[in-house]
Amino acid sequence: MPRSPPQKQVNDFSWMVGGPQGSGVDSAANVFARGCAAGGLHVFGKREFYSNIMGEHSYFALRAHSNPVRSHIDAVNLLATFEAETLFRHAREVTDDGAIVYDPSLAKTRLSDIPTIEKRLAAELKTYLISHGVGETLDDMLAASKQRGVTLVPIPFRDLLEQVADEFQIDQLSKISRVVNMLALGASFGLLDYDFGMMRTALEDVFRAKAKVVDMNAAGARKAYDIARSLVPDFRYRLEKIPRQDPRMFLTGSQATALGKLYAGMRFQTYYPITPASDESEFLEENEILDVDGHGVLDTAAGAGQEKGGSILVVQTEDEIAAVTMATGAALTGTRSATATSGPGFSLMMEGIGWASINEVPLVITLYQRAGPSTGMPTRHEQGDLRFALHAGHGESPRIVLASGDFEECIRDGFLSFNYAERYQMPVIHLVDKALANSYATIAPPDLSELRIDRGVVADGNNGYSQDNPYKRFDLGNGPISPRAILGQESTIFWNTGDEHDERGHITEDPVLRNAMMEKRFNKLDLAAREIPEDVKLRYFGPKDATTVIVSWGSTKGALLDALDRLWAEGAKIGYLHVRLINPFPVEEVRAALAKARRRIDVEMNFGAQLAGVVREHTGIAMTHLILKYNGRPMSNTELYDAIRAVVRGKADKRTVLTRGA
Amino acid sequence: MALEQVLKPTDYTTDVHNDWCPGCGDFGILRTIQMALAELRMEPHRVTIVSGIGCSAKTIHYIKTYGVHTLHGRALPYATGVKLANPQLKVLCLSGDGDGLGIGGGHFVNAGRRNLDMLYIIHDNGVYGLTKGQAAPTLKLGVQTKSLAHPNINDAVNPIWLALAAGATWVGRGYSYDIKHLVSLLKQGIEHKGYAFLDVLQPCPTYNDINTKEWYGGEDRKEANGGKTLPRVYRLEDEGYDPVVHDPSELEKKTTQALEKALEWGDRIPIGVFFRNEHVPTFEERIAQRVPTYMDRPPALQPIAGPHGEPITDLTRLVQRLTFKGA
Repeated sequence: MPRSPPQKQVNDFSWMVGGPQGSGVDSAANVFARGCAAGGLHVFGKREFYSNIMGEHSYFALRAHSNPVRSHIDAVNLLATFEAETLFRHAREVTDDGAIVYDPSLAKTRLSDIPTIEKRLAAELKTYLISHGVGETLDDMLAASKQRGVTLVPIPFRDLLEQVADEFQIDQLSKISRVVNMLALGASFGLLDYDFGMMRTALEDVFRAKAKVVDMNAAGARKAYDIARSLVPDFRYRLEKIPRQDPRMFLTGSQATALGKLYAGMRFQTYYPITPASDESEFLEENEILDVDGHGVLDTAAGAGQEKGGSILVVQTEDEIAAVTMATGAALTGTRSATATSGPGFSLMMEGIGWASINEVPLVITLYQRAGPSTGMPTRHEQGDLRFALHAGHGESPRIVLASGDFEECIRDGFLSFNYAERYQMPVIHLVDKALANSYATIAPPDLSELRIDRGVVADGNNGYSQDNPYKRFDLGNGPISPRAILGQESTIFWNTGDEHDERGHITEDPVLRNAMMEKRFNKLDLAAREIPEDVKLRYFGPKDATTVIVSWGSTKGALLDALDRLWAEGAKIGYLHVRLINPFPVEEVRAALAKARRRIDVEMNFGAQLAGVVREHTGIAMTHLILKYNGRPMSNTELYDAIRAVVRGKADKRTVLTRGA
Repeated sequence: MALEQVLKPTDYTTDVHNDWCPGCGDFGILRTIQMALAELRMEPHRVTIVSGIGCSAKTIHYIKTYGVHTLHGRALPYATGVKLANPQLKVLCLSGDGDGLGIGGGHFVNAGRRNLDMLYIIHDNGVYGLTKGQAAPTLKLGVQTKSLAHPNINDAVNPIWLALAAGATWVGRGYSYDIKHLVSLLKQGIEHKGYAFLDVLQPCPTYNDINTKEWYGGEDRKEANGGKTLPRVYRLEDEGYDPVVHDPSELEKKTTQALEKALEWGDRIPIGVFFRNEHVPTFEERIAQRVPTYMDRPPALQPIAGPHGEPITDLTRLVQRLTFKGA
C-alpha cells in the first residue's frame, strides 16, 4: 500500500490516554484539554470508565481542532499510556500514521497477565496476534502496530519518575506515582511540537493552589516532552497555538445543565447518589452561594450586600422517592425546585411524578440516561428512556419532556424547564444522558440575553379572595390554567391530594368533576403545544429539498452534525431533523419535515428505535431506515458517516446497528 | 388575621364532610390539633399540614390550614421539602402506623438524622383501616384482630424505640381519648426546637377489636371487690418522670430511661413525653452554618427575576471559572 505523504496535519488531531481507574488518567485528560484550550484550540473529550473505584480500565478520547468539535471519532492518532492494558485494548485503534507512547519496561507483559481484560476481548486479541504471526506479549502487540506504520515512542517512565523524585527530594516513588500520566502527556505534546508553556498553564489551572505539585508534574512532563521530541522530530500531526481574543467556556454537560438551572432561579435541588447524575448536584452544592443582581455573599467581606445574596439548597436524600417528593414539597412553597437522577432512581420516582402532575406542581426532573434495564451498565451511555419519560407512572398524567442535544441546549433546556413547569403547572422531564454528562468541550459562551423568567399565572394573595370568594387552587372557571398560590400566603389556603380533587383540592369521586379535571390537566398540554416556539421544539439542518431526512434526538446531535458536514461537503442532499420537545410532540412540524422525504432515517442510541415509534404514532409516517446503537458507547461521527453513506447509496439494510467503541 | 386576635378551634374547621367511622380515634386527634393551633395562636395560613395515605391522611381536609395529602409513606419527605424551602412556615406531618412505619419506614429513620424543626404525628392503631383491617407494623405478634385470617405472624415495631434510635430530639406518646393531655403534648411537640415525634394511640373501632377504647380504659380490669376500673394508660408526669436532657452529659442516662419506659405495654401503658434533648443543632442551624442568609432568605423567599422577567442570578463568577480567555 502506498504510504500517505509526510505532509503535516495541523490542528486536527485525536488523542487517547488510558490507565486503571484511580491512577490519574482523568487529570491527564483534563490537563491535555485545558492545555489545548489555553492555546486557542477547540477540544471535545469523551470519558469511558467502568462501574469501579480502582483498577479497572478507563480512558479518554479527545479531539483538538482549530474549529469547534462536537463529537468523537473512532480513529486515534496518538495513544499515550504508562501501562500495558491500555495498549492491548486500544493499539488497533491507532491510525497507520499515528504513534504510541509507551513504557518499554513492560515489553514482556503477556496478554494473559492482565486479569481485567474480559475473556471475550482476550480471545479476540489472541486471534488478532496469531493472524499477525506474533506471540502474545506487549512487544508483539506493538510489533503488529509497527508493521502497519505506527510510530513507537518508548518513554522510560520509571527513570524519569526517579529523576523527578531526586529533584524534589521525594523519598518514595509511590508518592508521585500519578505523575506518570503527565509524563505520557508531556511526551504527547513533545511529539506534537506544541508550546510547552500551554501545558504549564493547564497544570496551574488544574492544581491551583498546589505549587509543588505543579512544579513536579511540569518538570517530569518537560523531560518526557524533550525525549519524545528528539526521538520523533517529524511526527505527522502537529498542534499550534491560535491567537484569539474571544473567551471560550470549557465545561461538561452536567455543568452546562446546572448553569441553565441556576440562571432560571432554581433554589432547591434534591438527589440520591447515582451515576451519571450526581455530578450535577455536587457541582451545585460546591457553588451553593450565589451572586444575585450584583450582590454576593462570599465577595463581601464586611457583609455589605449580604442581605441580597442568594443561595441554592442541595439536599442529599435517603432515596429517590424522598428526592422527588422533597423537591415537590419545596416547589409548593414557590421555590424553583428540581431533582436529578438516572434510570434506576427515576424508576422509583413514578408515583411522585403522578402526584405532582395531578396536583399541578411545577417540578423539574433532570434525567441523565444510562444503559439499562435494571442496573444495566451504570457508567455507559444509552438513550433508552424516551418512552419511559413519556409514560412514567400509572394512570394518565400530563408532563412536558425536553431532550437536550448539546451543551448549549443543556443550558437552555435547564432554564426553559422551569418556565414550562410553572407556566403549564406540571412536571417537566429534562432528558440528558451519560454522553453529554461526562463529555467536555470548549464552546463559545452562549448568548442568553433573550431568556426571560416566566412564572406563569400566580395568585399572589392580593387577588381579592375572601370568605365569600375563596381561592380555588384548581379553579375551573377560566381555561385550563388556574392561578397558582404558594404555601404560607395569606388568603390563598388550598389543599392538595393525590386523590382526584375538586376545585379547592379536596377529594372527590364525582364523575362530572373527574372529567372536568382530567380535561383541564390535558388541555394544558395542548396549550403548551401551541405556545412553545418552533425553535425550541425542533431544528432542521441541511437542504430544504432533501430527499433523505434523518430524524434524531438528544446527544447524537454532535456526531450527526460532524458526519453531515463531511457528507454535505461531498454534495449529499441530506436533511436532519433534531427533535427537542418530545412531549407535547410537535406533530405538524415533524410531519411537514418528513412528508416529502423518500428516505427517512431514524438515528438513536437504543435497541427499539423509540423515537421512530413516537413519530409513527403521531404522524403515521414510518422510517425507511434505522441506525441504532446500544453497546453503551456513544456514536462516533465516523461510524455514523459510514452508516448514513451506506443508506444513501442503497447499500444498507433497513436496520443498521453500530458497534464501535471500546 | 392579626396575632392579637383570639383564635378558636372552629377557626380551623372546613365544610368538608368527614367520612371516618363513628367512634374513630382520629376524631380526637383532629380536634386536639385544632385546639392546639388555636391555643398557640397560629394563624391558619402560616401552618402547613402534610399527610400520607389512609384514614389518618384525610385529617388535612378537615383542617383549615394549608393541607397537603400526599402518597403512602411519603408524608415526611414532602413535609421536609416544604420546611427546608421555607423554614419560616410551621409544618406538621401526619401518618398512620402502616403509612409511617411500614411503607414509609426509611423516611422515619432519616428524619431523625436531620432534626428538622417540625412535629411528626403517627396515628397508631395497629391496622390498615382504609384497606379493611390488615395487620400494621405496631400490631403485636400473635394478635388476631377481626379481619385477619390468622394471628399476626410479624412482631411489632416499637415506634418510641425507633424514634430514639433514629435521633428524634423530642419523643412523646398520647392517647386520642385523653384530649386535654393530647393538646398539651401537641403544643409541646410543635414548640420543640427540632424534630419532634408523637405516637398517638388511637383505637380503630371497626377493625381493631383488641386494642379498643375499652381495653385502653381497662374496663376488663377492676379493683378487687369489683371497685373502680384500672385504666391501662397512665401519664408519665404523674409518676415524676423527667424526660429532659438538661445537660449533654445526661444523654445516655435519659435515653436509657426512655427506652426502658417504652418497653412497658399490656397492663400499664405510659403516655407523655419520653425524651427531650435540645442540645442537638437543628438541620436549619446546620445549613445556616454554611449559608449565613438561609433563615432570612430561604429558597422560597429569594427573588429570582427582575420586573420584566430578566434573570437576576449572576453567574459571572461561576462562568469565569469555566472560561478560557484568549491565548
